[in-house]
Amino acid sequence: MKQEYTITIYTENQVGLLTRIAIIFSRRKINVESLNTSPSEVDGIHRFTIVINVAEDVVRKLVRQIEKQVDVLKVYFNTNDEIIWQELALYKVPTDTIAEKAKVERLLRAYGARAVVIRKDYTIFETTGQREETDTLIQVLAPFGLIEFVRSARVAIIKDSKGFHEKLKEFEETAPAKHMLVEEITAEKAAEMDQ
Amino acid sequence: MNTVSEKKSKVDDKKNQDKVHTKELSGAEAVLEACIAEGVETIFGYPGGAIMPIYDALYDYNDRLEHILVRHEQGGIHAGQGFARTSGKTGVVFATSGPGATNLVTGLADAMIDSTSLVCITGQVFAHLLGTDAFQETDVINITTPVTKWNYQITDAIEIPEVMAKAFYIAKSGRPGPVLIDITKNAQLQKFNYSGYIPCNHIRSYRPKPIVRKEYVGAAAALINEAQRPLVLFGQGVILGKAEEEFKAFIEKGGLPAAWTILGLSALPTDHPLNVGMLGMHGNYGPNVLTNECDVLIAVGMRFDDRVTGRLDRYAKQAKVIHLDIDPAEVDKNVKADVPVWGDCKETLPMLTSLIKQHKHESWLQKFKDCTAKEVEAVIEEELHPSTEIMTMGEVIDQLNHLTKGDAIIVTDVGQHQMVACRYAQFNQSKSNVTSGGLGTMGFALPAAIGAKYGAKDRTVVAIIGDGGIQMTIQELGTIMQIKVNVKILILNNQFLGMVRQWQQLFHEKRYSFVDIASPDYVTVAKGYGIEGNSIKQRTELKDALQKMLEHNGPYLLEVFVGKENNVFPMVPQGCGVSEIRLK
Repeated sequence: MKQEYTITIYTENQVGLLTRIAIIFSRRKINVESLNTSPSEVDGIHRFTIVINVAEDVVRKLVRQIEKQVDVLKVYFNTNDEIIWQELALYKVPTDTIAEKAKVERLLRAYGARAVVIRKDYTIFETTGQREETDTLIQVLAPFGLIEFVRSARVAIIKDSKGFHEKLKEFEETAPAKHMLVEEITAEKAAEMDQ
Repeated sequence: MNTVSEKKSKVDDKKNQDKVHTKELSGAEAVLEACIAEGVETIFGYPGGAIMPIYDALYDYNDRLEHILVRHEQGGIHAGQGFARTSGKTGVVFATSGPGATNLVTGLADAMIDSTSLVCITGQVFAHLLGTDAFQETDVINITTPVTKWNYQITDAIEIPEVMAKAFYIAKSGRPGPVLIDITKNAQLQKFNYSGYIPCNHIRSYRPKPIVRKEYVGAAAALINEAQRPLVLFGQGVILGKAEEEFKAFIEKGGLPAAWTILGLSALPTDHPLNVGMLGMHGNYGPNVLTNECDVLIAVGMRFDDRVTGRLDRYAKQAKVIHLDIDPAEVDKNVKADVPVWGDCKETLPMLTSLIKQHKHESWLQKFKDCTAKEVEAVIEEELHPSTEIMTMGEVIDQLNHLTKGDAIIVTDVGQHQMVACRYAQFNQSKSNVTSGGLGTMGFALPAAIGAKYGAKDRTVVAIIGDGGIQMTIQELGTIMQIKVNVKILILNNQFLGMVRQWQQLFHEKRYSFVDIASPDYVTVAKGYGIEGNSIKQRTELKDALQKMLEHNGPYLLEVFVGKENNVFPMVPQGCGVSEIRLK
């Protein structure tokens, strides 16, 4: 069964790595719903957040292919209930229609939006939230002449994660891989075997 | 020169390494110093504008690095692959920017899918010209990303020693693969303070070897000990892990019949009593049919390619699957493993051997023998001892076996001759079979044979090639001529693109669409290159012709005309399960 998965990738900061990761999806004709790269909690380590809509065995195989890349340290994948996630959206609407036809304040309150810029010709609203919330505001603003809309990629924090500081220390040791994906896969196999 | 060799001796002496004074070197020289430090002796390549500084430096390093000038960069990289496969070392390939680099792509893809250790160095335009559509500029890094284990562009010479060390480490460690380093011309020319070469043995983001989990080795041993009908499938992982002896000890203790993938071929001697033959589409009858009758399937260093498994939902559904592999991404990729044993099989096989019980499985082994008898009757007898006047590919290989006694390195191209050669060629030692397995690259064999010979200079190398494949890289006869490399070229000419024709016959109502390929007079072509040759059509000439080829002191081309419309059987048709294998 297909569902939304958020993949979190800790990587070295390397030119070309974005392509190397992106083509793992495109080669298998999997559409990337959202992709964000940013610094992570560890200095010098990059963090990718990628959202895809696939079946579980597909995400599992993808994650192994990503983790295999030389410049990738660690990959996690999570369902939506395992993460806290947000997206940011910006809406540009004509100020006059907003002022005439709708109470700006009411809109702001109802949708948790914030006016970033108010000019004579246009107003820019910003909301931060999940897809449904930002989508709803499009519907609401559309009748007033939505001039521009843009939404950011998803950023997500894994609820159970203890962050990457400690893990990185282990990666820097020369001993064999303790924290390869093997750990998670074996745990999963153990569960299967117990059944 | 003096300064360079002084420098080298200092670098070689590790005790002095801390005290080494830096020396000014060009980026190009640093590339060659890295090759020497990594034990490289042979480089396959082709010069051009953007790699000229490296070739200029090579002029002075010629006494320590042998450069083989190929006729096409694709030939260069296939030669590098052949070298890597027979030597167990890393093949090194040089090419220039633009077309030089793009000509490497087929070889990179081939090396990637067949896990061959390569380091390719490409020249690139000056850094200030990147992205300007400069002459012979192409985006090599992005073109090669999907077909390299790792690639990197160097624009500053200071990076060269470290990046070269990483390149060699990544190419060879874990599951091997091709690495490409693209070096801009300014970086090759740039002088910098070189403080020696430090080999790489750790990259924090790179985990070449997973830790071995003992509990899974134990679980695997328990399954094997309970098995009544165990079957081992082995691939190139056994060869790459240099675990041939460990593997033999494992199957011998457990009395485990073992079948090979096309890349696992030669890891176990052909005449070993537990060697039950070849897997897959044109493999042997027994291992295919009995895959669907075994109770425990033990895969060692193989990746369940679709040519091996046939239709997955009809593949070994009754069996518990144990999968030994160094690459975690292979486990569960195609066939779900009940017990995964991650790690280098050099380590995991002895652990497993110590836990399994001595066993013989005689009645189960008898089933393989029964299947062989059936296959001999239906296919093999006629292939090796044909009743027809016209020769078969199989009898040529059989005759070759008698003459080489299984000691030759056999390099094959792609198609019918490849399947026949792999099915019937005999091997006594490992790293003796060189073929393009995963990618199926026609044109692979001739250049790969050149490299194969350099990788095993004291051995006989026979390149078996079809009349289609030879014409794809026939220009490498020029390389063979110039360096006088002693490779034997055996063309099995059926005057068709045989494998495609076979499919058209079986699945497209004999609509022979563009498979009727004409050939030049190969003996005359060879003569033009100063290579001796012969062409035969009669069975009576076969033995002498092969003998003459093998005994000739130097390269030799022998063309043998074989049946035009012979087919390779058995065959698991595409979309069928392995037990639906056809004998005719």
